[in-house]
Amino acid sequence: MKKTLALMLSLMMLIGLLSGCVSTRDESTSDGDSTSGDSSAQQTSGGVVNVYNWGEYIDESVLEDFEEATGITVNYQMYDSNETMYAKIAGGGADYDVVIPSDYMIARMIEEDMLEPLNFDNIPNFADIDPALLNPAYDPENLYSVPYMWGLMGVIYNTTMVDEADIGSWDLMWNEKYAGDILTYDNSRDAIGIALKLLGYSYNTTDEAQIKEAVDLLIEQKPLIQAYVMDQIFDKMQGGNAAIGSYYYGDFLTMQEVNPDLAFYIPEEGANIYVDAMCILKDAKNKENAEAFINYMCSTEAGLKNCEAICYSTPLMSVREELDPEVSGDIYAYPDESVMAKCESYAGLPQETLDLYDSEWTRLKSTSVD
Amino acid sequence: MRNKYVAFPYVGWMALFVVAPLIVVVVYALTTRDGSLTLDNFSSMLQYAPVFGRSFFLALLATAICILLGYPMAYYLSRERGWLRRMATMLIMLPMWMNFLLRTYSWVFLLERNGLFNSLLESFGLPKVNIIDTSGAVVLGMVYNFLPFMVLPIYSVIEKIDYRVIEAAQDLGANSAQVFRRVIFPLSLPGVLSGITMVFIPSVSTFVISRLLGGGKELLLGDLIEMQFLGSAYNPHLGSAISLVMMVIVLVCMGIMNRFGEGEEEAMLL
Repeated sequence: MKKTLALMLSLMMLIGLLSGCVSTRDESTSDGDSTSGDSSAQQTSGGVVNVYNWGEYIDESVLEDFEEATGITVNYQMYDSNETMYAKIAGGGADYDVVIPSDYMIARMIEEDMLEPLNFDNIPNFADIDPALLNPAYDPENLYSVPYMWGLMGVIYNTTMVDEADIGSWDLMWNEKYAGDILTYDNSRDAIGIALKLLGYSYNTTDEAQIKEAVDLLIEQKPLIQAYVMDQIFDKMQGGNAAIGSYYYGDFLTMQEVNPDLAFYIPEEGANIYVDAMCILKDAKNKENAEAFINYMCSTEAGLKNCEAICYSTPLMSVREELDPEVSGDIYAYPDESVMAKCESYAGLPQETLDLYDSEWTRLKSTSVD
Repeated sequence: MRNKYVAFPYVGWMALFVVAPLIVVVVYALTTRDGSLTLDNFSSMLQYAPVFGRSFFLALLATAICILLGYPMAYYLSRERGWLRRMATMLIMLPMWMNFLLRTYSWVFLLERNGLFNSLLESFGLPKVNIIDTSGAVVLGMVYNFLPFMVLPIYSVIEKIDYRVIEAAQDLGANSAQVFRRVIFPLSLPGVLSGITMVFIPSVSTFVISRLLGGGKELLLGDLIEMQFLGSAYNPHLGSAISLVMMVIVLVCMGIMNRFGEGEEEAMLL
């Protein structure tokens, strides 16, 4: 009897823990959830649009402006990673119209038939998008997506801890002088991408040998790594707890405000240029409202407000003209062709390659350094 | 017998939130993305053996440290009377009133390179130590978070031991070491066993502690499973299979352990 009881207890605890894991995540996203407008007001003249965006990725007054201008009520919710967003939508539990994933996730969602082609007649402001961002690798015919924000990935370093002579290449992250002071991404796509670039390969290679070679290089790097991080990088770099890390330029600007010793460069081998773009989900109930929303977000007024609030680079030409020259002249925020030529965006990968990424990532993570 | 109806709400709860999800996990584990039956999810399990090994090793280490720290504490508590005992019990429970994530984050701030602990060392002219982002920090986090779950069950069992049994042993000529070894320790084993269960299971499946304190360098089972649901590889089928295998291993461990707990003879073997 006691045995059965203990077994039941352990079973329950296990379930509790597993569900606990999920619910912590849910909480953290729902903490960030903010619903602008009342869902009971769905029957107002203009109807409703359900938007699912990254957290801290909009000037919220833009939503009110949109509601005022169009009479459409916005239900606005947020997520903290492409994967969370994908899991929620793939699981079928969500009913959103507009989502704003990153490039490689858009490619995957197109591949899996999760997105609806846009009617660009309803999005006249699309004409304002920087031509350099049109017909990207993740959406080659530009049927499904309208860029929202973009930026560059590069190396962030602490000038008091790193010798200027050592910078310039991705190999800084393999420099044994800084053993234990190096941070890298805790996600396979970005971390393996760095090694692929250092080896001179494409981010989007599907060659098994190249990916394995990159992971071998990461295993070599592992003893030098202090931690694999995502947003913990803010605390670590701001507090001077690590010397070198890789992250996104917009976030670097935020970190530099706290710790002026930090600096940024784009490695000579090239880096990632990322785009987060607005898409409409397959069978969205409010497609026209969603297109109206996307169109509004591409207006100069909304674009300028968002750009000033979140510090990322805007794809809208008219907004760039209105920005403070110091911001629009920032070589890393609005890189010229010489920088752009070195950058490559992530394209969607076939399922086989995604599986390989997973098993190779597990191989890296389960290698012991002690 | 009429009383059994009061259990109905809980039985319903269990069916809905324990049994039904378990069935979903089994179904997921046995299917592929396109819904056909398969055992591939299980046959690929072998490549994750090092992760299983490390998780069980670290969790066992944390459990052992919890026993070593927790047993004397629980024993001492049960011998004390009055305000000291109330105060000590309170202090053990106090951290549990705070959110688990917050407690773990605070360890990050304490142990960070330029954190409180290292600043203190520095101000005394001592060299800094790197604890953060090592397996040691992960075990520390486990012990810190789960120690109360070891102390409290042992304490409540020892406290209920009939004092006359101990007096009888003393009357029969046992010295205090013998009393402890032959009487108190065997009688306290049920508490130790439930303490082990309550420390080992959350330790073996944690992913927050390993990510925050271990720097994500050593993948644990919890990380591996989380990766399949919300991480870089979305594969709930593999995630479910790993969860099931973990559940089975844990249940087998607990089953074996409980066999030891059944008779006093066997209990002595522990």
